[in-house]
Amino acid sequence: MQKQSVFQSKLLPFALVAPQLAIVLIFFYWPAAQAVVQSFLLQDAFGLSTSFVWFENYQDILSQPDYWAAIVRTFVFSFAIAFSSLSFALLLAVMADKPLRGGTLYRTLLIWPYAVAPPVVGVLWVFMLHPSLGILARGLRGMGIDWNPLLDGNQAALLIILAAAWKQISYNFLFFLAGLQSIPRSVLEAAAIDGARPMRRFWTVTFPLLSPTIFFLLVVNIVYAFFDTFGIIDTMTRGGPAKATETMVYRVYVDGLLGGNLGGSAAQSVILMIIVIGLTAVQFRFVERKVTY
Amino acid sequence: MVEQEGIQRYIAHAILWIGIAIVAFPVYLAIVASTQENAAIANGQMSLLPGGHFLQTYYQTIFVGTSGSTREPVGTMLLNSLVMALSIAFGKIAVSIISAYAIVYFRFPFRMTMFWLIFITLMLPVEVRIYPTYKTVADLHLLDSYAGLALPLIASATATLLFRQFFMTVPEELLEASRIDGAGPLRFFWDTLLPLSRTNMAALFVILFILGWNQYLWPLLITTRDDMQTIQIGIRKMITTSDALTEWPVVMATAVLAMLPPVFVVVVMQKLFVRGLVETEK
Repeated sequence: MQKQSVFQSKLLPFALVAPQLAIVLIFFYWPAAQAVVQSFLLQDAFGLSTSFVWFENYQDILSQPDYWAAIVRTFVFSFAIAFSSLSFALLLAVMADKPLRGGTLYRTLLIWPYAVAPPVVGVLWVFMLHPSLGILARGLRGMGIDWNPLLDGNQAALLIILAAAWKQISYNFLFFLAGLQSIPRSVLEAAAIDGARPMRRFWTVTFPLLSPTIFFLLVVNIVYAFFDTFGIIDTMTRGGPAKATETMVYRVYVDGLLGGNLGGSAAQSVILMIIVIGLTAVQFRFVERKVTY
Repeated sequence: MVEQEGIQRYIAHAILWIGIAIVAFPVYLAIVASTQENAAIANGQMSLLPGGHFLQTYYQTIFVGTSGSTREPVGTMLLNSLVMALSIAFGKIAVSIISAYAIVYFRFPFRMTMFWLIFITLMLPVEVRIYPTYKTVADLHLLDSYAGLALPLIASATATLLFRQFFMTVPEELLEASRIDGAGPLRFFWDTLLPLSRTNMAALFVILFILGWNQYLWPLLITTRDDMQTIQIGIRKMITTSDALTEWPVVMATAVLAMLPPVFVVVVMQKLFVRGLVETEK
């Protein structure tokens, strides 16, 4: 935890920690505390008076079927994004792990989408699949599919999932590749000598050895789907049509900004905080396990 | 490895190229669209090959902006994004490295309290405390300022943890040696520790630059003036107007310009990028 030999000084360490501590207190702890306090307050329509209402904001928000729909939707999105992105990235990583000519070139060509911002991802995918001018939409219509994500909520949700999964491929690919490369070749060779064919080797040796990476990526992808999809949703669908793509984070934004419902928005923030803390705790426990693996 | 038959190898190459095509296609389309006429795109008659309007579109995008409204030229947005990304990257590294130094190399009251106060910030991204943070920044009169854009995003612990981990691996003998040479804490930090941390700082810088450049929700809330908006916000506003009025070539040129700096950083500094990504996720 700390060095054996250290410097002796009364003031210097405080001065060194001070800048970060100040920023963290002002821009993290104060607002987070405000969110909690606000979630117990109710403001009248004109913002003139506030009263302490205990858990009324929570009761209010949790009694809305809308909100439960948003929670379910967020989890469905998260798992759909995580599953599709992880499986595609794993396939690519397994291929790239083979001793092929041009291996580093493949890696370069596959990792750069990590750097594309979520709102830009949204714009790119809207452009491809826009019902009236998108190139892929034209193809879909040619195949006889009535493609219109501006009106059809399920299609809009599919669009968000595809775009969000697309962005995450490169990240997952990188970590899978690192995980695959850390599997000792001798283990795979032993399985091969025992007569296991490549497919069987993959499922009985590689996949189990990769499970720490998979679990780690699963948590990271779910957190990503919770928060970083905001930019994608906001540029693609704005939560519509008819709230079909409204996630929990997007709702916090809409309720606080457009609705002016600060208490309700704060209560939602606190619920989100609890979910994220839960996810992070899971992740930390797992990271400890990985160390002893 | 074990058995590498020819066919298997061809399949691997084929799958990888399909993957690359899927990953690259939306971007290719954006580049192509940014060189064509708006009329053709709006009619759904877009060609899959580059058109002849490259210079014209990019000139308009960077120096003029969309024609229909009073939008800012994208050049200003690029500058804002750059200032924001650099302030976040430099600010976070500077603030974190000195606090990690204090926590590892000094013994002082409340050392662990401070460590935990910083550590806990890892848990909550800015999205979940967005409006109270907005209010704090507004009360400090920092709306529409670079400080307001950067400071709340500096308030997180990833970099501090990274430096703490790295400092723990630095041999004790170095400290003793410089102490025998008569160096004080600041001297040791500046002459010994900082040069040793160079690679870590560079790797972290690459990641933080990309994260900062790609910020969206926070700048969306706290910038109200058009001349303060970042490119990510600008591009969203370009497609708000009704579909018929959207100038797709300009939108796509903006998308390309928004991707260029972070993608460039990833490709050119690939080693540092991968290292930074793996280290910050530990």
